Amino acid sequence: MAMSRDEIMQQVQEVLVDALGVDDDEVTAQATLMGDLGAESIDFLDIVFRLEKAFGIKIPREELFPAENLMNDSEFVHNGKLTEKGLAELREKMPHTDITAFESDPDINKLGDLFTVNAIVNYVEGKLEAA
Amino acid sequence: MRWIWIDKFVEFQSGRHAVAIKNVTLAEEHLHDHFPGFPVMPESLMIEAMAQTSGILVGEAKKFQEKVILAKIKKAVFFDYVKPGDTIKLDAKIESIAQEAASISGKITRADKLIAEIDLMFSHIDQNLGGKEFPQENFVFDTGTSVFESLLRDVLSGSAGAADSEQDR
Repeated sequence: MAMSRDEIMQQVQEVLVDALGVDDDEVTAQATLMGDLGAESIDFLDIVFRLEKAFGIKIPREELFPAENLMNDSEFVHNGKLTEKGLAELREKMPHTDITAFESDPDINKLGDLFTVNAIVNYVEGKLEAA
Repeated sequence: MRWIWIDKFVEFQSGRHAVAIKNVTLAEEHLHDHFPGFPVMPESLMIEAMAQTSGILVGEAKKFQEKVILAKIKKAVFFDYVKPGDTIKLDAKIESIAQEAASISGKITRADKLIAEIDLMFSHIDQNLGGKEFPQENFVFDTGTSVFESLLRDVLSGSAGAADSEQDR
C-alpha cells in the first residue's frame, strides 16, 4: 500500500530526530538540515543510510544531496556563485527541491539552505512512486 | 606501535559481522585512578573497543584499501559496570556500507548480560575529501601493522572454532 505524504513526513521526522539528536517539534517541513537542525557532512550519510532502511529504498548519495559535486566543478561555480550552467545542473539534479528563491542570488554559501525537511519528503515520495 | 584495545576476534564474517573479546585487567593503570578503590572500565574505552572491532570489520570489507575513520558515535548507552577480571564480548554488525561510509550497530556483553549498545559511523575519508588533502599512504591500515593480521589470523583462516575446541579440552 502506498504511503501518504503525512506518513512519509512522520518517518522522515523520526529519522532526523534519531540522526541529529533534535526534538521532533524542531523538524518542521521548512527547517533546513544544516542551518536549523545542525547537520554536518557525515550526518548526511547517516541520514541516507537511515532513510534507506526506513523506506526500503536505495539512495545514490549524489541524488539526494548533489551539492558537493556541483561545488567542486569550476564550470558550475564562479566567484562564489553558481553559474547559469550550475543552476541548470542543480535544477536537473534536484527536481524534488524548489530553487526559485535561490536562483535570484545563487551564492554557494546558501546552497545548504536548499536541503530542507520538505525536500527529503519530496524525494522519498518520488522514489516510492517510482518503485 | 599501534594501540590495540581488543585481544582477539572469535568470529568474523567478512562485510557483515564480527565478534572480538577483551580481557580487562587491573594491570591497566588507568583503572587505579578510575576510580580509587572502585576500578571500572571507562565508558569511553568501551567505545574505543567497539570502534576497533567494527573499524577492522569495515576495513576488511574493502580489503583494507580505504582509510577508515570513526566519524560519528550514533548511540552509546551503558547498562552495567565492567570491572578487572571481566571478559567482555564486542559484537559488531555492519548495517550499511557504501563507497563513502559505513554504519554499524554494536553490543557489548559479559557472559550473557548486556553491558552496552554502541552504534557508530565510519567515513572512508578518501571518498569524503571535501577539498582537504590527506597523506597518500594508508595510515589506518598500513602494511607495517602486522598486528591486525595476528588479530585476524585465526578467524580468517577459519580455524577459530578449532582453536576454541582445543581450549575446551
